[in-house]
Amino acid sequence: MAHLPVADFATDFDHTDPAWVNDPYPIYEDLRARCPVAHSDRYGGAWLPVRHEDVASIASDHEHFTSRTVVVNEGRPGPQAPPAPIGVAPPITSDPPFHQLARRLLLPAFSPRAIDELEGFTRELCMQLLDGLGDVAELDAAIDYAQHIPVGVIAKMLGFPPEDGDLFRGFVHIILEGVDLPFEERIASFEPLGDYFEAQIIDHQEHPRDDLTTFLLNVEINGQRLEMRHVFGTMVLLLAAGIDTTWSAIGASIWHLARTGADRERLVAEPKLMATAIEEFLRAYAPVTMARLVKEDFEFQGRAMKKDDWVLLSFPAANRDPAVFERADEVLIDREVNRHAAFGLGVHRCVGSNLARMELRVALECFLERFPEFHVADESAVTWARGQVRGPRTLPLVVG
Amino acid sequence: MHVAIDASRCQGHGRCFSIASALFESDELGNGVVIADGTVGPGQEHHAHMAVANCPEGAVSIEGA
Repeated sequence: MAHLPVADFATDFDHTDPAWVNDPYPIYEDLRARCPVAHSDRYGGAWLPVRHEDVASIASDHEHFTSRTVVVNEGRPGPQAPPAPIGVAPPITSDPPFHQLARRLLLPAFSPRAIDELEGFTRELCMQLLDGLGDVAELDAAIDYAQHIPVGVIAKMLGFPPEDGDLFRGFVHIILEGVDLPFEERIASFEPLGDYFEAQIIDHQEHPRDDLTTFLLNVEINGQRLEMRHVFGTMVLLLAAGIDTTWSAIGASIWHLARTGADRERLVAEPKLMATAIEEFLRAYAPVTMARLVKEDFEFQGRAMKKDDWVLLSFPAANRDPAVFERADEVLIDREVNRHAAFGLGVHRCVGSNLARMELRVALECFLERFPEFHVADESAVTWARGQVRGPRTLPLVVG
Repeated sequence: MHVAIDASRCQGHGRCFSIASALFESDELGNGVVIADGTVGPGQEHHAHMAVANCPEGAVSIEGA
């Protein structure tokens, strides 16, 4: 279960180690100077590049790396696992050329125009959450606010009952944070999620409606409806990729503003800074680290990578690389030049990036309007998610 | 001077049309496309340069500057 503490991240890194979970940025900085591609024997062998250049190069190298599994864990896809090119959760687990087909069919539902139509719903949801808090002096911005926003929006998009939010978060927790469980235990823990999706698919087959689930059941690739495992996998993806990620981005942004009064006051006084502030929060606190598997033995930056080794693709580390960003470790809410990689690089750019940005902007606008003043109640009570999606999971604030 | 997008590099990050909405727009998939012939009008030069500087894929360029 819980792994031994890490002594040296250059030779033994572990993204579930408490030091990493609590504050990974000094680790990236140290490794960038020393490695810059770290190795670990954990998880059956894993690599960690920390320079923007290396992250970008691996993200676009489909010859040597596969996306077949993108969550580092103790196992490897076995002979029973859905093979490439579709993978478990298409298109994130798909490789080209199938990837492009699976991705293209999702893109219109997440285009800026489609996402604009969800803004009113999202704003109403945020206002309801804030109104529901009543006249409070303290609240937990992660638990009482941030976590509910992406759950509500993705449930609406998929056409799942909004009251199932706690269930979804449980599923996502297993997928993203149960990564150091023994492999069989990890696989068995997915069963309730399978049952839930199966029930939703049957319900949508019997009662088609205007939502993403019905769309996935009817859409065709090359004149053929999607295989059921493709529909299922894409639903897993939308849930797993749409919830903890945005929850983390909203929470980390509020955490920053709660600890940096000058930025909070400036954003309240100059709302037009919201656009650059959001990109800067995404850069500095990028929630998502992806992963690849090495396809065959080969050498990368002088390191001998072996077939089936993991590669942690750290967009958070890339976003702090001083070779690409001036004052990389500072958060500058008016940073105008910001070529960050929070939504990835290359063909797997986050399909939900327009949705995530809209949710983050609306969540912050509503929160700042309701609570122009707030600070962290107790720094030691703030906790962070472990694994490849990072953001605050408890964030007690004193407000007003 | 006019702006251009290398469609083979664009991955739909959406930075260009957010920063310079007079010069770029989104297609139905969310990829950036140049509006009309991409001519950068007076007062748009800074937005054009920022669109180039913020594209994570290096897909946006300025020609004839």
